[in-house]
Amino acid sequence: MDKMPKWADVILIPVISVVLALLVSGLVVAIIGESPIRAMQVMVRGAFGSAYGWGYTLYYATNFIFTGLAVAVAFHARLFNIGGEGQAAIGGLGVAIILLNVAWPHWTIALVAAICFSALFGAAWAAIPAYLQAKRGSHIVITTIMFNYIASALLVYVLVNVFRVEGSMSPETARFAEATNLPTASDFAGFLGFGTSAPLNFSFFIALLACVGVWLLIWRTRLGYEIRSFGHSDTAAVYAGINPVKITMITMLISGGLAGMMAINVVMGEAERLVLDFVEGAGFVGIAVALMGRSHPVGVVLAALLFGALYQGGAELQFEMPAISREMVVVIQALVILFTGALDNMVRMPMQAVFLGLRRRREAAAPRTPAE
Amino acid sequence: MDFLTILQILDSTVRLATPLLLACLAGLYSERAGVFDIGLEGKILAAAFFSAAVAFTSGSVWLGLLAGIAASMALAALHGVASITFRGNQLISGVAINFLAAGLTVVIAQTWFLQGGRTPQLSGAARFENIVLPGAASRIRDIAQQGPLGQIYSELISGHSIIVYVALAIVPLTWWVLYRTRFGLRLRAVGENPAAVDTAGVSVVGLRFAAVLIAGVLCGIAGAYLATALNAGFVKDMSAGRGFIALAALIFAKWRPWYALSACLLFGFFDAVGNRYQNIQLGEIIVPVQFMQALPYILVVIVLAGLVGKAIPPRAGGEPYVKER
Amino acid sequence: MTTAAPAIELKGISKAFGPVQANRDISMSVARGTIHGIVGENGAGKSTLMSILYGFYKADRGEIFINGKPTPIPDSQAAIRAGIGMVHQHFKLVENFTVVENVILGAEDGALLRPSIAKARRLLTELSQEYGLKVDPDAVVEELSVGHQQRVEILKQLYRHADILILDEPTGVLTPSEADQLFRILERLKTEGKTIILITHKLREIMEITDTVSVMRRGEMTNTVKTSQTSPSELAEMMVGRKVLLQVDKTPAKPGDVVLRVEDLHVRRGGVDRIKGVSFQIRRGEILGIAGVAGNGQTELLEVLGGMIAATGGAVTLFNEPIDITGKHSNAQTRRARGIGHVPEDRQDEGLIMAFEAWENVAFGYHKDPKYNSGPLMNHAAIKADCADKMDRYDVRPPNPRLPARNFSGGNQQKIVVAREMDRAPDLLLIGQPTRGVDIGAIEFIHKQIIALRDQGKAILLVSVELDEIMGLSDRIAVMFDGRIMGERLPSETDQNELGLLMAGVVTDSTRGAA
Repeated sequence: MDKMPKWADVILIPVISVVLALLVSGLVVAIIGESPIRAMQVMVRGAFGSAYGWGYTLYYATNFIFTGLAVAVAFHARLFNIGGEGQAAIGGLGVAIILLNVAWPHWTIALVAAICFSALFGAAWAAIPAYLQAKRGSHIVITTIMFNYIASALLVYVLVNVFRVEGSMSPETARFAEATNLPTASDFAGFLGFGTSAPLNFSFFIALLACVGVWLLIWRTRLGYEIRSFGHSDTAAVYAGINPVKITMITMLISGGLAGMMAINVVMGEAERLVLDFVEGAGFVGIAVALMGRSHPVGVVLAALLFGALYQGGAELQFEMPAISREMVVVIQALVILFTGALDNMVRMPMQAVFLGLRRRREAAAPRTPAE
Repeated sequence: MDFLTILQILDSTVRLATPLLLACLAGLYSERAGVFDIGLEGKILAAAFFSAAVAFTSGSVWLGLLAGIAASMALAALHGVASITFRGNQLISGVAINFLAAGLTVVIAQTWFLQGGRTPQLSGAARFENIVLPGAASRIRDIAQQGPLGQIYSELISGHSIIVYVALAIVPLTWWVLYRTRFGLRLRAVGENPAAVDTAGVSVVGLRFAAVLIAGVLCGIAGAYLATALNAGFVKDMSAGRGFIALAALIFAKWRPWYALSACLLFGFFDAVGNRYQNIQLGEIIVPVQFMQALPYILVVIVLAGLVGKAIPPRAGGEPYVKER
Repeated sequence: MTTAAPAIELKGISKAFGPVQANRDISMSVARGTIHGIVGENGAGKSTLMSILYGFYKADRGEIFINGKPTPIPDSQAAIRAGIGMVHQHFKLVENFTVVENVILGAEDGALLRPSIAKARRLLTELSQEYGLKVDPDAVVEELSVGHQQRVEILKQLYRHADILILDEPTGVLTPSEADQLFRILERLKTEGKTIILITHKLREIMEITDTVSVMRRGEMTNTVKTSQTSPSELAEMMVGRKVLLQVDKTPAKPGDVVLRVEDLHVRRGGVDRIKGVSFQIRRGEILGIAGVAGNGQTELLEVLGGMIAATGGAVTLFNEPIDITGKHSNAQTRRARGIGHVPEDRQDEGLIMAFEAWENVAFGYHKDPKYNSGPLMNHAAIKADCADKMDRYDVRPPNPRLPARNFSGGNQQKIVVAREMDRAPDLLLIGQPTRGVDIGAIEFIHKQIIALRDQGKAILLVSVELDEIMGLSDRIAVMFDGRIMGERLPSETDQNELGLLMAGVVTDSTRGAA
């Protein structure tokens, strides 16, 4: 018999973990001499209090949906893709290359091309760590970390030496042609009060589509069945005729592709050019999002929304309460990863004891059913 | 390139290799005991901040060092609680610790010093002085006039902070502890097969905690060195991936102390060359500085690919120990 | 040399793991200088009880007396101090350490190793002479044979001055002759005044070596008797709680055409030759049993035929059509498509995904079957319906397709695998350890299914380390040793002694003569 009902595992434990993370964050704020309640209010208002706030919150959430899905898909095959940061950066390179080198007549076609190239480049960056894991057993966590640093050096090199606009000092590409600019929130949802300054753009819908796609993939297709089987037991997978090398490769390519697609939101949708360090840690936030969302697309969307709000609210916090640095958001992120990921058992074990106690009491009340 | 320039690059190699070496040995203790530690980076960073902050406030670099070690050990203890006590995922715990350090150091620095997440510049007794060994020259003008042996002595061997010498001494010490003491035998055993240690009546949890805390101490020294010897104060993200390069060096060294020294010196050398020259011209080919920066990471991937020998980690590494029925 | 106080006395020991009551109010007493056996089915609680005595688990309730003195054993350290040593079923050795390093681990004399190692080397030589336990102290453990590794485990305990030795299923990995050697060592230890507890599920061993025996069933200790006053069938009845038919009912085989032909098969894995030129064939309506001690190539034989690993040489045909055994163009799925079913040796690590629900497991390996799919997506409703149907016909309890596999008992888990692999009536069934860790009721059911499939005219390759099972089910028996088939026998023309010799690789005049 299971120790806990399923809903407790899927909903109750993540919620308790996040509440614990927020409580400890509040403690940190209190220790540095500020009011956690006021900080919370500022953040909530900053994130959700206006169309402007929503515009940023959903924009950040779009990034985190992509990177969160990337980590989640890999988790299903029990692969820990910590390289979302590098895969997204290289995905941005793909977007820049295709948008700068072709005269696109309309943004819709450009978007399709950008999606393909961002995914392709992101997947390519995940391919070598995937291959080394599948064929050589090199630990994918270590190789993807290394590839993050290599990606960052590569991006600096190409932005300084290849794509830099002549005469400009800043390491960034030229602006993309106007025809490739994606519709922003003020274009498609101006009636909700979104202004032109909101960075939320059409990519948000692509992110939601990606969620549906991942859900179908993991829970409805044969490939998803094979990915989950492999994730639970690689020896059983071999017994069932599932090729571990193939599954490792395909899963990581999908994961890297999803991380790379983050670039369409930032590079194509917002900056409209490729700039240095545009990923800004979103690849790592994806880890927190996937852990918190229990690797399920619905969970990922909710967790991405929470982190989008944290990022936007955190920016507001810096203005209203200058004593609290923006890095407070990184602290919260760390605590969410800690409680939902590493300290999972700390929350789980007492809960299991509670549910076991409840069941014992129920069984004591009811007569014993004949054993199996 | 004259002899003295080469010596200067080697001198800077030693300086830059020191934090790597300390962190690498930290990882060695932890991983030899079966606990993966990708939180080296965060521990270095936390130690760097707290050592600089306390050294500035108290005016004593030694108090700073203690504070750095304490901060690093606190994070190490957290890693222990998560991955040993609660048998959580060691990698995820390490990731969390890295972010915790990256965030907390800036948040606290901002509150204490209001300088945008850095500490004020350190000077005087708040920094580690360079030690001039007896008979060595310290000024570059004097060194230039010495013979080659004298130059090696004055430029390369003399003139480092105490921590450099301590770090170098820890290498043979670690070897001795690992292969010649009871603690070392048990430490290696718990990383290979914790069940063997458990059934022999020795506490797996105790041994692993000891290893993780030793890693905390060493990362603490590494961070303090970074902020109070190599630099004069803490700035945001100043560990700059050194924890991961140390991890890379550890794999490169196949989890052995003397090899760790060589690997760290090699990576320190890359760093030193990259700092001195922007682009390196090798005949027709110009090697960009970014390549030098990425080289340690590329090398590790090559090692992991099994192209240069095979790196076999401790067999129980990464797995929380659960008693079997 | 028995004294008044028993060496070990347990009073009212109870232990629960979550909702599972592993031990319930157990009392037992073992006299000094005797060998005491504990028998019981898998999951009866034998190992848990011994782990409590060794301080590996803490009992929820109950008391332990050693030599008449109440002795709380909160941890293994306390057990060692009380003179208790345990040799686990899966050895607890550090494989890349030397023998002497393994022996001193946890029992070092000081903070430095050198004096401890010197002393241990000297003592090991003495002990090995005293008890006939010859092992090279400087050998690396992973390079030793299994039998020698077990000696290291025993030496470890003797080095710690253990007076009470617990051995958990010690013969599972040994050849019959190695087992005999072990028993001689145990006899020797007994005459030196040591007390020995032997946990096993092999009744033959109990009869052969123990003085007294306790029977466990479902976490309780049901009987304790003198070995000389009982019999195997009585013990079996006590283990199960009812009369057991140790015999399988079947009619003589009527073999037809050749289904599977294996010629000069070679398999290399992990740098070691596991199968070194094996040839045999199986006909329709025939069960070929492969006997042998675990680790002599049977696992690889099943895996290579099931498409899990590649062969390095040889040829295999199914109905005279070649099978690609290089693994380049085939895997376990293509084997299934050719009509080969495979019940793997290890259902928890291979045959099932323990976290998957029963219906998901029913499709495992057959998930590309058109009847489980509609277009690009899987047809969950169809799979669930099929699962419910199979659960009904194969008597899986509880018959709930939505229950995760790990929540079924061992026997019901095995029935899920058997239903999936046998219900398609494969032309060839590969079946490994069909009844390992399965309760006796399910054993009878599974044996009947295997016979029924044979009687439908299908070919069956049965691998088992249980000689009784091989003798009872097979129409022909092949014995594997060190990657080779040592000989083929008809069950009616051989006995356990002859098979045991073949399993140890011994080809004598008598075994050769029958070939």
